Amino acid sequence: MNETAALQNILIVGAGQAGGETAAELRKLGYTGGITIVGDEPQVPYRRPPLSKAFLSGAVTEESLYMMPAAGWQKQNVEFIGGVRAQSIDRAGQRLLLADGRSLAYDKLVLATGGRARTLNTPGADKPNVFAVRSIADVRGLHACREAGKRAVIVGGGFIGLEVAAVLTKLGLHVTVLEGLPRVLARVTVPEVSAFFERVHREAGVDLRTGVQIQAFEGGDRVEQVLLADGARIAADFVVAGIGQLPNVELAQAAGLAVDNGIVVDEYARTNDPHIYAAGDCANHPNAFFGCRLRLESVQNAMEHGRAVAHNLLGKPTIYNVVPWFWSDQYDLKLQMVGLSGGFDRMVVRGDFNSRAFAAFYLKDGRLIAADTVGRPQDFMFAKKLVAVRAAVDAAQLADEAVPLKSLVPAA
Amino acid sequence: MPKLSFVEPGGKTHVIEGAVGLSVMEAATRSLVVPGIIGECGGCCTCATCHVYIDEPWFGRLPAADEMELGMLEGAIEPQPRSRLSCQIRITEELDGLVARIPAGQL
Repeated sequence: MNETAALQNILIVGAGQAGGETAAELRKLGYTGGITIVGDEPQVPYRRPPLSKAFLSGAVTEESLYMMPAAGWQKQNVEFIGGVRAQSIDRAGQRLLLADGRSLAYDKLVLATGGRARTLNTPGADKPNVFAVRSIADVRGLHACREAGKRAVIVGGGFIGLEVAAVLTKLGLHVTVLEGLPRVLARVTVPEVSAFFERVHREAGVDLRTGVQIQAFEGGDRVEQVLLADGARIAADFVVAGIGQLPNVELAQAAGLAVDNGIVVDEYARTNDPHIYAAGDCANHPNAFFGCRLRLESVQNAMEHGRAVAHNLLGKPTIYNVVPWFWSDQYDLKLQMVGLSGGFDRMVVRGDFNSRAFAAFYLKDGRLIAADTVGRPQDFMFAKKLVAVRAAVDAAQLADEAVPLKSLVPAA
Repeated sequence: MPKLSFVEPGGKTHVIEGAVGLSVMEAATRSLVVPGIIGECGGCCTCATCHVYIDEPWFGRLPAADEMELGMLEGAIEPQPRSRLSCQIRITEELDGLVARIPAGQL
């Protein structure tokens, strides 16, 4: 504990949920030394999942997104420096240089730099009515556009694109979704689940097109229509790009830290510099559960990784090892996913893909490795427990709705 | 502001103030003093890491849980008849004095 006794100055780069959770957990654990959070957005750490859902729709206020209001951070004696980018790390001197010229000393540095929205490089994609959905500022831009009757073209049929499509459709806009791959959600689920969501969106009135390539965003100062490779043109009042994110690794890379699809950390969230940790979307960690390195983009990962960093900073060795889970809200449906289904050798369905409640279970060598559920929250919860222990499950029982999933969970 | 009590499984009690309009989960997590209420999904009824047991008479004053919350609770750790997800409970004046018991685990 000698080392932590001397620990007085923890600096966190990134005011997302990983950074905020690291700070909050440090205080919860009784650390009373200095904590500074530096963020390039003006807001205190806030929750991003509602950006494409309740915040876009207008159901919740900006303040409700904050993990804690600014006064709460002050009360906790956490210094927040917002609206400033971190410029470079002086590892030898243990200092962080900010874009406004300030230089901050640290005993330990936490990189929670997150990711940024991938941008389209199609001609015309730099026009001002092309939006990403990554920040409060992005969604504020969309708020000005979300008027009933307007025409929205959404590029990307992933979680973000489909959630935005659902919200805008409910608000009465005419929505087109353009996906380059042959199906939506291709990166995260099986064709059957993709087909389910394609049907749901089409029934809601979305013009959903898969396997399409965009040639250009045409118009004057603003995009007025989208030209597809097959020559079709789609009128647009604005465009939303939901085409994934890129991890913010440049700061780490320039400082000579190991970077390989994210900032490389060990199981204790340490980088190859003993004074620097990394957590959340930007970090690539060894996951013992899956036996490989993973860079996860999820709020669960941001928060749990941040908490692990806090414990490790305070000399309480904590291995970060999660079973990932994800969710997506679209219309009145909630998709909940646990595990990573890649590499499954058998899929078992409980319920019916043609109904609005089903669970798809993914098995490998007779063990449950992942599940996707819609409208079956209890199945999601029990699947979480089954996946966590890689339970050997009987496919017939999994498929049989008369067998409660609970009964398949091995006693703790 | 309504006062809320959170009781750890060992009996240790934390009393905090919760602003009307916030959820019980938000009040607990923002206080940084209540252990065992995580709220990982941020209040979307999606993770069940804010599960608590609500004492009477407050339990009876709450709007009923919807189907989604009931489903999540079914799979929570050690659900009981007075289980709720604290993210689904909006703080009102009539919840002043509310006692929420924290389960042995959430994850």
